[in-house]
Amino acid sequence: MENRVVITGMGVVAPNGVGIAKFTKAIKKGVSGIQFQQLLKDLQFSCCIAGKPSLSEELKLQYFTPLQLRNFNSTGILYGCIAGIDAWKDAGFEFDSKSELDFDTGTIFGTGTSSVEAFREAIYKIDAKKVRRLGSGAVVQTMSSGVSAYLGGKLGLGNQVTTNSSACTTGTEAILLGYERIKYGKAKRMLVGSCSDSGPYIWAGFDAIRVTTYKHNDNPELGCRPMDAEASGFVPGSGAGAMMLESLESALERNATIYGEIIGGNINSGGQRGSGTLTAPNAKAVQRCITEAIKDANISSNDIDVINGHLTATKKDGLEIENWSKALNRKGNDFPYVHSLKSMIGHCISAAGSIESVAAVLGLHEGFVFPSINCETVHPEIEAIIDPNKIPKKMILYQANIVAKASFGFGDVNACIIFKKYKHN
Amino acid sequence: MTQQELINKLKTIVKPYIQNEMAFQNMTPETDFINDLKINSANLVDVVLDIEDEFDIEMDTQSMEKMLDVKSAMDIINTKLKNI
Repeated sequence: MENRVVITGMGVVAPNGVGIAKFTKAIKKGVSGIQFQQLLKDLQFSCCIAGKPSLSEELKLQYFTPLQLRNFNSTGILYGCIAGIDAWKDAGFEFDSKSELDFDTGTIFGTGTSSVEAFREAIYKIDAKKVRRLGSGAVVQTMSSGVSAYLGGKLGLGNQVTTNSSACTTGTEAILLGYERIKYGKAKRMLVGSCSDSGPYIWAGFDAIRVTTYKHNDNPELGCRPMDAEASGFVPGSGAGAMMLESLESALERNATIYGEIIGGNINSGGQRGSGTLTAPNAKAVQRCITEAIKDANISSNDIDVINGHLTATKKDGLEIENWSKALNRKGNDFPYVHSLKSMIGHCISAAGSIESVAAVLGLHEGFVFPSINCETVHPEIEAIIDPNKIPKKMILYQANIVAKASFGFGDVNACIIFKKYKHN
Repeated sequence: MTQQELINKLKTIVKPYIQNEMAFQNMTPETDFINDLKINSANLVDVVLDIEDEFDIEMDTQSMEKMLDVKSAMDIINTKLKNI
């Protein structure tokens, strides 16, 4: 028997809002979380703007003990734990370090790389022949699965506790992996999501390959322009998004709030064949990922009301829209609404898919389509395919039934999730 | 430095790591770091590093292995300080 899988809790640590309430308010209004970063300027980055969540010491202490924060130097694990614990509490569970071990609940919490700052500290000590002075935090922070390990211990999770990693697809993939685990009866509940560190050491590589914008250091909020004619590269971001997934049976038993349902999805790769490379997508595989997700969800492409795109504000946006259009066989005025959360928070790398999915489900739950800001003049390549009115400049009050969310990542990897408004029947 | 002063210094050092406040308040040379103060065994490494910083000494692996209670920590520190 296959279980239906619903979302019963969410948490988010985003550059434009920490916590579901603040984040919801920000995305409805189209508030940008992109700011000038003096540190990047000092280090002579070309792109000196970025999205970084703002967290007070007081807030950190609600999730970590002072001992846990001692010698702790990991923004990714910090964001991941806050978003994960918030999703857990939002689903109606208690955050108690002495809670009973729960074998029915696990976590798949992804990241690209773990605690790059702590890794840097460790490397300096090692090179100075001070291995013995690394302290106890080096391994647990720098192991890739650090974030899921921290979360598993904080919440007493006894099912699978692991971390996935697939570049910018990571967050979307984590949700689908957890979804499958519940669908096939391997777990009742899975805390899923992803996180990404802030700071120069995680963003530098993108600056080096010139995929970030250098044109907006003086006007950060206008910097990330998905689908716009003046789009000039992505703006790096950071943060975490999390969802509590649960079998419908378990959710109903607990009388939990249901934000939405996952009715299907697909994960694939273009194998770096055809137009695909280590850094560019194979269009055929992207289209197949979308069509297979639709098939898996047992819906028609006409059922999709909103596309929550990957849309990074690089020159690939046009190709992405073309792929969606071909996969759905829809264009012009018949194309679904399409928007990019990256317009407000930048590209949160391995956290992108999960934060953007949280935004997708919030819109579905509350009946709104958040604006895709900074898309003032739709890029001609995109305007040739879809009606510009399908890109909301301001929030639209609209009760969608189905939202498709996709993420694409380096390694030519793709993931697409189909979210549906939950109706009790 | 009197032995009481040394214990007080050690108390300040282990404070962030202890998980049994009562045993900490009544800390004596006989107090065991793991069994009484409930210090996480991984954190014992951090206690050693903090002791090194405080007394400007270096502990070899053998000393670290012996340092399981307050008394052994005091002995090691006293020996190291004498040898400086």
